[in-house]
Amino acid sequence: MTREVPPKSGLRAFVDKLKGGDEIAHLITLTAAAGIILITSLLVLELWRTSQLSRAKFGWMFFWTKVWDANFDNFGAAPFIYGTLVTSAVALAIAVPLGLASAIFLSELAPRRLSDIVSFLIDLLAAVPSVIYGLLGIFIVVPLMRTTLGPALKKVLGFTPLFAGPNYGVGFLTAGIVLAIMVVPFIISVSREVLLSVPREQREAALAMGATRWEATWQVVVPWARTGIMGSVFLALARALGETMAVTMVIGNNPQISASLFAPGYTIASVIANEFTEATGDLYLSALIELGLVLFLMTFILNGLARILIVATERGGGRPA
Amino acid sequence: MNMKKTFVVVSLLLGMAALAAAQGGQVLLNAAGATFPYPIYSKWFDVYHTAHPNVQINYQSIGSGGGIRQLQAGTVDFGASDGPMSDEQLTASKFKILHFPTVLGADVPSYNISGVSGELNFTEKALAGIFLGTITKWNDPEITKANPGVNLPSADIVVIHRSDGSGTTYIWTDFLSKASDDWKNKVGKGTSVNWPVGLGGKGNEGVSGLVKQTPNSIGYIELVYAAQNGIAFGKVQNAAGKFIKADLASVTAAAAGAAKDMPADFRVSITNAPGAAAYPVSSFTWLLIPARIQDPAKRDAIKDFLKWMLTEGQKYNEGLTYAQLPKPVIEKELKAIALIQ
Repeated sequence: MTREVPPKSGLRAFVDKLKGGDEIAHLITLTAAAGIILITSLLVLELWRTSQLSRAKFGWMFFWTKVWDANFDNFGAAPFIYGTLVTSAVALAIAVPLGLASAIFLSELAPRRLSDIVSFLIDLLAAVPSVIYGLLGIFIVVPLMRTTLGPALKKVLGFTPLFAGPNYGVGFLTAGIVLAIMVVPFIISVSREVLLSVPREQREAALAMGATRWEATWQVVVPWARTGIMGSVFLALARALGETMAVTMVIGNNPQISASLFAPGYTIASVIANEFTEATGDLYLSALIELGLVLFLMTFILNGLARILIVATERGGGRPA
Repeated sequence: MNMKKTFVVVSLLLGMAALAAAQGGQVLLNAAGATFPYPIYSKWFDVYHTAHPNVQINYQSIGSGGGIRQLQAGTVDFGASDGPMSDEQLTASKFKILHFPTVLGADVPSYNISGVSGELNFTEKALAGIFLGTITKWNDPEITKANPGVNLPSADIVVIHRSDGSGTTYIWTDFLSKASDDWKNKVGKGTSVNWPVGLGGKGNEGVSGLVKQTPNSIGYIELVYAAQNGIAFGKVQNAAGKFIKADLASVTAAAAGAAKDMPADFRVSITNAPGAAAYPVSSFTWLLIPARIQDPAKRDAIKDFLKWMLTEGQKYNEGLTYAQLPKPVIEKELKAIALIQ
């Protein structure tokens, strides 16, 4: 439909447009979308403003300094950035293969009824509060790591720096494992939906060409769903980066950079949650807020990289966007 | 009862309540701060409200740092802190702030050593060395000499500390700062410090959980928490050279020992206090009250509450395992209430 109306005064034109209903919907949804942008920019602005003291004092050194000392007013983000990246990497290294395998089984191999029941349970897992996972970590994963898993890993891989040094049960590896347990439901749930949405014809065509069931799944269905699967992985990554309670309960909370996964560490989200309430000095508080800004920046960069990766893989095949 | 009657009764009740409020001058006080004394504070505010229905005190246990900040920002009527405000903080403040000690707290060393079940004695040097990382084995001479007859293993010591900022850490590091110059110069005291060694646990439950799970570990926990959960802990050597087990009496004794030299503004550390019976890792916790309160109703309510807290209120302490303030301190504080204008 074209709108060939004679020119009216501004207000009349606006009121007339509203009568259509479409315009109202347009306005409402636009406001909602603008709200998101507004909230994000206000958040960044506020973090930027309130971290002014710390930014002025430490500048770029904030990223490299390894000390976090409230008594001597010396703050650096390096151990926290390291801890956040390492725990998230460990979590993804465990959760991605596990999650993807489960999703493939549930969408391609399991009977539909079983698949629906299991995915209902997985959705429940995704809704469990993180402190519960933290308790699970303290009472099950930590003792297991100290008495069984840790010594076994040390025996086999102890020669690498990754598994050297004393094993207290808490540390990067334990935090990574607990995070993996927490994020795996996201990967399974989203990947399964994406795999199920792959058109039937794709599978049938592959089978008709003489592919085995596994070949059809791995070489046709999974590449088709690649964008969505990657989306699920980045959703999981976002959750892992920002997780606070469960991590602080099992990571040992010691701001140090160590190659060993057994060593205790610290993450950005954990230190903010731990120290914010009792932070008395102005510079101390400002440094904690700057850590928040750094976490925001990290999430921003990783999400940007994710977008680039998705675009790049789409070019190399898979479903046309 | 039919609708009409209900309506009449309800409006009558509402009218009475409004009248009472108008007569009694309903006073609502907002306060925020330390988490450690929260159980006793909420008990006090509740009992006080029952006795004085027109005064309601709303306390948010957001932490000492938050309490100080909110007080300075003027969002609360008074604050509460586990550590006294520093001179810099007081000079930076726009208005004068008074400190009133309310109850006493203490930290105890809790440990888990394979093959050792008895109560260990710790010298201040031993504790400072362990937490600095200079004493690394359980059979170090500094530990064994205080524990004759105990067979301590040559195992590595795992140090456990609080990861969250906390008044408990303030007391512990204040004690270590007095025990060791090295600690004072390298680490210092505060609600969270740059720990030379060890693992961090969140909250008392996090520290005691890690100690319980980790062989050959030692950590510090709040006396109240240890007592309520039946956690065993060691004795600490006091300034008089005696090994003292923390309990309500020995903590009050520490405050009494410090009462003689109590400064007029009550900002005093009582770690390592003199007195043969004094437990050395003890501390006051304070209410932070503005010296000038504009609203006369609020001012009277706060002054009356302080008076009540120092006399009647102290009776509720021991039921919640908080040590009572010693008499000389209470008398001094009662006089100091007049400073609130």
